[in-house]
Amino acid sequence: MSATALRLPDAPVPAPTPQSVAEAPPLPDVLPPVKPRRGFIGFLRRNPTIAIGAGLLLLMVFVAAFAPLLWTADPTSLAPARRTREPSAQYWFGTDMLGRDVYSRVLYGARVSLLVGFSVALLSSVIGLTIGLVSGFVRWADGIVMRIMDGLMSIPPILLAIAMMALTRASVQNVIIAITIAEVPRVSRLVRGVVLSLREQPYVDAAVASGTRTPRIILRHILPNTLAPITVQATYICASAMIVEAILSFIGAGTPPIIPSWGNIMAEGRALWQVKPYIVFFPAIFLSITVLAVNLLGDGLRDILDPRMAKSV
Amino acid sequence: MSAPLLEVMDLKKHFPIRGGFFGGVTKHVLAVDGVSFHIDPGETLALVGESGCGKSTVGKAILKLFDITAGQVVLDGQRIDDLSPGTLRPLRRRVQVVFQDPFSSLNPRMRVRDILAEPIRNFGLAKSAADLDARVADLMDKVRLPRDAVGRWPHEFSGGQRQRIGIARALAAEPDLIICDEAVSALDVSVKAQIVNLLQDLQNELRLALLFISHDLAIVEHMTHRVAVMYLGKIVEVAPKRSLFAAPKHPYTEALLSAVPVPMPGAQRERIILKGDVPSPINPPKGCRFHTRCRYAFDRCRVEEPPLAAVPTALAPGHLAACHLHDRPANDNPLAEAKGEAVLPV
Repeated sequence: MSATALRLPDAPVPAPTPQSVAEAPPLPDVLPPVKPRRGFIGFLRRNPTIAIGAGLLLLMVFVAAFAPLLWTADPTSLAPARRTREPSAQYWFGTDMLGRDVYSRVLYGARVSLLVGFSVALLSSVIGLTIGLVSGFVRWADGIVMRIMDGLMSIPPILLAIAMMALTRASVQNVIIAITIAEVPRVSRLVRGVVLSLREQPYVDAAVASGTRTPRIILRHILPNTLAPITVQATYICASAMIVEAILSFIGAGTPPIIPSWGNIMAEGRALWQVKPYIVFFPAIFLSITVLAVNLLGDGLRDILDPRMAKSV
Repeated sequence: MSAPLLEVMDLKKHFPIRGGFFGGVTKHVLAVDGVSFHIDPGETLALVGESGCGKSTVGKAILKLFDITAGQVVLDGQRIDDLSPGTLRPLRRRVQVVFQDPFSSLNPRMRVRDILAEPIRNFGLAKSAADLDARVADLMDKVRLPRDAVGRWPHEFSGGQRQRIGIARALAAEPDLIICDEAVSALDVSVKAQIVNLLQDLQNELRLALLFISHDLAIVEHMTHRVAVMYLGKIVEVAPKRSLFAAPKHPYTEALLSAVPVPMPGAQRERIILKGDVPSPINPPKGCRFHTRCRYAFDRCRVEEPPLAAVPTALAPGHLAACHLHDRPANDNPLAEAKGEAVLPV
């Protein structure tokens, strides 16, 4: 805004001679100088939630991948003589009631959580996408498929996963399958809704009018526009799957006890909770941070990919 | 007189309303209920009417974006409404569409080049990759957009530019008829004028027929040859433009025209204010559908539906209206007098 524009109307206005134009005072700095940063650093600055979420998640992935190199011991080696030691320079997070190193167990436990979280997110996205596309396009199948999904959704996901685990042997693979089955209905509902609304878009009508075949319409016009909401949903599913895995392991219906996971470390530490709280505390902190990281990443992705969804946080 | 390019005969589209406990069909929305008209090659027919009168449904029915309930759509002597999707596909090339909203009518995840190339590929119009690029560049020239913009995404363009891309996409198939479904309604006045002029230039250049669906009578008067007025799923009047604007022969058209702003300060004119709202298309009035709001309605209008018939007192031949007034003697017909001079058929 220039200085003259701020002058009151009744103030004397000097005749605009060429000199006065030439001597016009410099414009005041109303706005601070904006230097839009480009590139990767600029992106992280503009999206702090993504930066923090992705940073923490990458740290967890690093910890899980390089657990053997991070001064850990064998997480399953028993040493009853050294049981329930307090955290110290030798045992950073202490030892549990069988003398196993909690630090090593927590780091190796990250592998199970991340594997389950990522696998469930990927599998349920792919399966949900397929089911959602089918029921969005094949009208007669829609009623049948969606009633089945309604039925599955009427059972709480944790209960469904427990029931599923009761039918099979405890293994990480079965945990992934059980949680995926529980999460698929939510994704397929989402995809179906998105597909139904996209089908009504004028650009889809225009594509039909210009002779585009249905498979190509799905591939070029529908699928690319479902990816943003699916990506966002996948991060939330990832977070929820990690929690469900921990719950399953905690109640002994999930990861078998020989494989350390945050859920079964906490379950084993539960009995000693009041005297040796650190056994439960460390895996719980790791689980919370990981879930928080995934949720932050999801919120950030939602803000940049899918601006229509309401902004929370 | 040549054979019509497109002929629509007694077109009906009833949308089922599902309701009740078992989701059965309880009622129908009579969106389009017996519409007939034709379009000659290179001609512009405007389809006007207020919101919800079924004019866009007519456009989508011609494009066969859904199955019609009854009637026929004949393109160049061939019936197209009952063809299977596979048989219809090559014929789709001849009828293309430009939509109202320039923002939702372009796929946000496709570059302009791919948007324009899609119809060309679908109909196998390009002989080689180089030919395809040349055609895309030519389309950009036709709609007065810079050629080097083909690598851009739709969100990088303004509303008017996006509408040009939409027009280019319609032209890509080398159609004979373009359905402009409120194609300029969402644009502001200066851009609207540019797009209207562009459409007219293209029409002259390529001998395109246009079905110009609109509610904006000022634009319609500027660009069309003939006008069809729709009310509640039916055509109430069809006429050459000058005949219709000079001497409307249906009370609804008369009221519509009286609402068009006159670009003359202080000009006096009679405004005809219609009473009440448009009746529901689920349960349209018996007899003439307009009788509930017509200022001339008499007993016959409430029981008998008037057919769309030639009006003897019209200024030009080919002026059809669906109104019982024209069966009455001229001295008893308020719409008999001609306000303008007789015009030749356009």
